[in-house]
Amino acid sequence: MTDLALPAAAPAAQTASPAASPRRRRRALAYLQAAPLALVFLVFLVVPLVLTGIVSLWEYNEYEIIPALTLQNYADVFDGCLSADLCTTVRTYLSTVKFVVLTLAITLPLGFAIAYFLAFHIRSGTVRMGLFLLCTIPFWTSNVIRMISWIPLLGRNGLVNDTLRTLGLIRAPIDGLLYSDFAVVLAFVHLDTVFMIVPIFNSLARIDRRLIEAARDGGASGAQILWNVILPLAKPGIAIGTIFVTTLVMGDFVTVGVMGGQQIASVGKVIQVQMSYLQFPAAAANAVVLLAAVLLMILGLTRMIDLRREL
Amino acid sequence: MDLPQKPSRRTLLKGAAALAATPVTGFPAVHAAEPVTLRYLGTAVNQSADIARKVKEDLGLTIEYIPVVTDEVTKRAVTQPNSFDLIDTEYFSLKKILPAGNLQGMDAKRIKLADKISSVFTKGEVAGKKIGDQGTAPRKVFYLEGQDSKKFAGEQTGWISLIPTVYNADTLGIRPDLIKIPVTSWKELLNPAFKGKASILNIPSIGIMDAAMVVEATGDYTYGDKGNMTKPEIDRTIKVLIEAKRAGQFRAFWQDFNESVNLMASGETVIQSMWSPAVTKVRAQGVPCTYQPLKEGYRAWASGFGIPKTLSGRKLDAAYDFINWFLSGWAGAYLNRQGYYSAVLETAQANMQPYEWAFWMEGKAAEKDILGPDGTLIEKAGATRDGGSFDARMGAVACWNAVMDENTYMVRKWNEFIAA
Repeated sequence: MTDLALPAAAPAAQTASPAASPRRRRRALAYLQAAPLALVFLVFLVVPLVLTGIVSLWEYNEYEIIPALTLQNYADVFDGCLSADLCTTVRTYLSTVKFVVLTLAITLPLGFAIAYFLAFHIRSGTVRMGLFLLCTIPFWTSNVIRMISWIPLLGRNGLVNDTLRTLGLIRAPIDGLLYSDFAVVLAFVHLDTVFMIVPIFNSLARIDRRLIEAARDGGASGAQILWNVILPLAKPGIAIGTIFVTTLVMGDFVTVGVMGGQQIASVGKVIQVQMSYLQFPAAAANAVVLLAAVLLMILGLTRMIDLRREL
Repeated sequence: MDLPQKPSRRTLLKGAAALAATPVTGFPAVHAAEPVTLRYLGTAVNQSADIARKVKEDLGLTIEYIPVVTDEVTKRAVTQPNSFDLIDTEYFSLKKILPAGNLQGMDAKRIKLADKISSVFTKGEVAGKKIGDQGTAPRKVFYLEGQDSKKFAGEQTGWISLIPTVYNADTLGIRPDLIKIPVTSWKELLNPAFKGKASILNIPSIGIMDAAMVVEATGDYTYGDKGNMTKPEIDRTIKVLIEAKRAGQFRAFWQDFNESVNLMASGETVIQSMWSPAVTKVRAQGVPCTYQPLKEGYRAWASGFGIPKTLSGRKLDAAYDFINWFLSGWAGAYLNRQGYYSAVLETAQANMQPYEWAFWMEGKAAEKDILGPDGTLIEKAGATRDGGSFDARMGAVACWNAVMDENTYMVRKWNEFIAA
C-alpha cells in the first residue's frame, strides 16, 4: 500500500525547475501536498503497526498485559514447528494459502473475462457503466448476509440438494456442499471477484485501441492479440487485483468460519480466538507473522511485475 | 431495539402515581424527577425489550442495552470499564475481570432479597443437597473479601461479586425424529452412528468441557476437575476431539445461539451441545428437539449483575434499584418462562400462575398450554419439561463453565484442534 503512495510524490519533485530557489519552493510544496496522505498513513497504519509489534513482545496473563520484553509469544506461534510433524501454525498457513490459491485460480480468469467483456465488447459507454455498476450491486448488502444467504441453498436439506433429489440425480444428499472447502471457495469467489474486475477493467480501458488494430493489421490472430498485446498491458491491473484478493483471503476469518462450519483453520480465526481470550500479545505476534507472510507474497508479486513502471 | 420513548411529564407523573399504588414498594421515586439511563452490558440472550419497558414503567429508569457475545463482555469489562454502568456477565469470567480491578463488591445490605438468593449460589446446594463443584462454581466466586477486594472470599461476607440474573444446566440437544437409538449418556456425542451429524461449541473453554464429559462418560479417564485441567489432561481431551474430527464426526461447530438453532432446525446436526432456550426456539419452529437429560449430569452456567468500580452517586443508586427490582419477581417470572432459572425463586413464583410454576419448576405435566413470555405457544397441555424439576436438574450438575489456570495452553491446543 505504501508503495502505491510513493509515485504521487515522485513526479511532482521531478518536474521542479532547475532554478534553485523556486525549485526548493516547489519541493516544499510537493511535500506539503503529500503531507495529508502521509499523515493519514502515519496515524492509521504506521502507529498501529508499531504498537502491534511492541505488544507482541510483551508478557501477559488472563487480565493484564505486562510491558516486559519476551520472545515467548513468537516461540508459542512456532511451537513444535521444528519437529517432523506439521505444527499448528504451518497447518493453519497451509490451509489459508490453499484458499488463496484456489480463490485466485477462479477469480483471476473470471474477473479477467468479465472485465474484457466490459471493456472490449460493450460499445456504448452508458451500457458499460450500467453493467459495471451491476457488478457492484452485491456490495449493497453486508458481507455476512451475502454469505449466510448461501446456507439455505447448500444445506443438507437445502434447495440444491432438494432439486437434485427431485430430479432423481442423487439419492442421498451431498454433504460436501456446505461446511466444506467448496463452500468457502464459493463464498470467496462470490465476495472477491469484483476486486479483480475493477483493477483489470481499469487497465484494459486504458489500452490504446490502435495497438490492437495494428496487431490485427500485422496479421495476429485473436488469441495472439490477447496473449501478446492485451495480457501484458493488463498486468498492472492483474497484479493489483491479485494483491487485493490475496490480502482479503489471508486475513479473513468470517467467511472461513461461516461457510466452513468453524471447522477450518485460518490465521485470522486464530488471532480472533486469542483476542477473545484477552491474549493480546499472542494475537499481536500472530498478526506480525501474518503481516510478514502477506508482505512476502506481495513482494513476490511485485518482483514479477514492476508496478511503479507500469502505472 | 424496542425501547420505550422518552416520557412526557404527564406519563412520568402517571408512572410515579402507578408506582405508589403498586404493591411493589420501597423504590425511591427520585428517578421520576430526572430519568437516569443505565448502560447495560451483556449478551443478547439476557437482554429483552420487555424487561426494559417494564422497568421504565416501574422505576422510570431507562435501560440502554449493549448486546455483545460472552467473550466481548469480558474484554470490555477488562479494557473499557467506563463504557457501561451495569454488567451482566458469567461467573466464570470473574476470574479474569475481578483481578483487573474494574468491579466493586456489591453491598449485601443494599440488596433487599440477598438472603433469599438461591442456595445454588450462596451454599452450592439444592434442596439441602450438595451439587457438583467442578469448574468455576458460582459458590466459589460469590463473595469478595471486601468492597474493593480483588480476591474471592469463598465464605459468606457482606460483599457480593455478582447478583445472579439467570442460570441453567446445559446438556445435549437431540432431534428425536432423526435419532433411532436412545440417548442417555454424553458419550453418544462421539458415537460414530452420528457421523457427520454432531456438533459442539466453538467456544474453547466450554467446548473442551463438553468433550471432557464425553471422555468421562466413556470411562477412559476421570478428571480431577474438568473445569481446571492439567496440561496432560488438556492434551488427552484435545486428542479425543482431533480423532473424532478426523473421522468426520462433526458437521459444524457453532458459536452463538442462533447458529445452534439453525444447525438443529435445518437437520444439519442431530446431536449437539445446546442451550435450553435454543431448544425451545427450535421447537417453536415446529421441529422436534429434546433437551436430553444424561446420566452423567449437566454442565451448568450462571450469570449475574456486577457494578463497575467507577459507578457512584445517583447512577449507583439506580443500579441497586434496578437489581432490587430485578429480584422482586416480574423479571424472574419472565426469565423462568423462557426456561432459565431466576435468582430468587419465591418472588418469581408469586408472579407466575400455579400451573406455569408446576410445569417450569416442579417438572409436572402442564395443566394448560404453556406460553412463552412473548405469547408464543411453547408446549401443549400435558407436556412435561425435559430434565424434570428444578431440584432434579440443578441437583444433577456435574460441573460449571470455567476458566482454567492453563487457559492459554488450552486455547493453543484448541487452535490445534481446529487446524487438524
